[in-house]
Amino acid sequence: MAEFLSSIIPNVVLRSDQLWRAFGETIQMVGIVGVLAVLIGIPFGVLLFATKPGGILQNRPLHFVLNKFCDVFRSIPFILLAIILLGLSRLVVGTAIGVKGAIIPLLLATIPFLGRQIEGALAEVPGGLVEAAQSMGCSPWEIITRVYLKEAVPGIARGVTITLISLINFTAIAGSIGAGGLGSFAISYGHGKNLPDVMWTVLVIIIVMVSLVQTIGNYVVKKTTH
Amino acid sequence: MIKLDHVSKTFGGANEVHAVRDVSLEIAEGEIFGIIGYSGAGKSTLVRCINLLEKPTAGSVTVDGQELIRMPLPGQEKKDRPTELPARELRNVRKKIGMIFQQFNLMPSRTVEQNVAFPLKGSGLSKEATAAKVKELLELVDLPDKAGAYPSQLSGGQKQRVAIARALANDPKVLLCDEATSALDPQTTRSILELIRDINRKTNITVVIITHEMAVVKEICHKVAVMEEGWVVEEGTVYDVFSSPRKPVTRSFIATTSNLGKVEELIAAGDPLVAAKPGELIVRLSYGRTNVSEATISEVSRRFNVDVSILYSNMEILDGAPLGGLVARISGDKVQEAIGYLSEKNVVVEVLKRG
Repeated sequence: MAEFLSSIIPNVVLRSDQLWRAFGETIQMVGIVGVLAVLIGIPFGVLLFATKPGGILQNRPLHFVLNKFCDVFRSIPFILLAIILLGLSRLVVGTAIGVKGAIIPLLLATIPFLGRQIEGALAEVPGGLVEAAQSMGCSPWEIITRVYLKEAVPGIARGVTITLISLINFTAIAGSIGAGGLGSFAISYGHGKNLPDVMWTVLVIIIVMVSLVQTIGNYVVKKTTH
Repeated sequence: MIKLDHVSKTFGGANEVHAVRDVSLEIAEGEIFGIIGYSGAGKSTLVRCINLLEKPTAGSVTVDGQELIRMPLPGQEKKDRPTELPARELRNVRKKIGMIFQQFNLMPSRTVEQNVAFPLKGSGLSKEATAAKVKELLELVDLPDKAGAYPSQLSGGQKQRVAIARALANDPKVLLCDEATSALDPQTTRSILELIRDINRKTNITVVIITHEMAVVKEICHKVAVMEEGWVVEEGTVYDVFSSPRKPVTRSFIATTSNLGKVEELIAAGDPLVAAKPGELIVRLSYGRTNVSEATISEVSRRFNVDVSILYSNMEILDGAPLGGLVARISGDKVQEAIGYLSEKNVVVEVLKRG
């Protein structure tokens, strides 16, 4: 096996320690940011949806702020966002490089993205269900937790899946400006040292990661759709 | 049980829509009250004013002796300040007002059992008591074996049965039905109406039924209000309203279930069925409450030696009393005397065509 790998991807085998480290860094970034983004992004999306004019917790000023926040951070290309936020990262996590340095820009790119996905998922819950819940004496909080969030589980699962996949994409870009991870590894060796087998190996690993996330996402959607 | 006093609902915006205009209704405990009207007549908005899913812009709503809202009437803004039940209390009131919908509105991600248990959360019932209550409700609506099914696995009629069970979970005093049978076929409609009537008889629950189907009102309602363009244009017992309709809209609803109106079209079209030879008359006889059981036609025929041939007839049993009429060709020497006699017997005679 080792011989076989050495024959087809020699430069990767030579740098397998670095590859494993890069893989670990990517997993770390996706894991930390993914968990934080879900924890913050879902409530954010719920708020974005519920404060809308005509929404269950209608609040125009708050909705205006959340909506603009979303628009602004979603319109900045991630590579520019990461560079702009170098200063903020240094301030908050003490460094602008490495996995730690990448967390802030990744979060700011991911949360608005997920927020919009959640907003869309909740909007698909039929209004009649909300009306029925209101007629049964449910409070706005109950309607959010027992109707919107419960009925939108498949849509939310879809949103989280798409978000994690773009997060994997973002971490590769973050790698190009010093965050480490698979992106950084591919750029320095695959591109910088012109070692195509390194580039291809990283691509295959990323494709496998994305497929895995998508498969799990599809499974959850299927299991929660009745 | 339900009292609406000068209730109006206007939807704002650039083009104001007066959905409900100055409606005053009293619905007694245990009554099945129908509100009939064409789409856009304001009936769905009106029924939502009862549980304040829509807040009236004027007037007051009282349910079971508790005033839920009082909005100043036009011109009284100054002396009559709006009062409204606090949100928390309103939610408790709503638990005692069940509601079912045209589209059933069951939660698709929950099983039948979980749907019926939905409104029981926070009611203080133990897990076992909740399960027992759900079982009892599913037996009431005749679906004991569907507890574990998801709504997508049920037929329309079954979904509405589940919705009824859910609406009854908190033992409400009022059941609001918003076009509850409009998405169902006639046979299923009948079985759902029978179920509602049974529940009404067993529990004396007050039922308000919104519909555009005359058949629904005839089938189970005690009283009816006819709505048009936001107004209640006619109101009374089902029998009174439909035996002597006063408004064109009411007549048009009656015409949907009776063929007695069609004769005019046939006459206009010169149909041979309604041709009259010289001396013959085409008449429409409409019966009231008292006389229908007497053998008026054969009596007239014998007494005045006239020939009566019935072209159409349409009899209904409404609220336990017969209602209807017939279209007939009548001929003989003493036709005028025969018509006079019928009029004496409280039969309304209209001469549609003279031969």
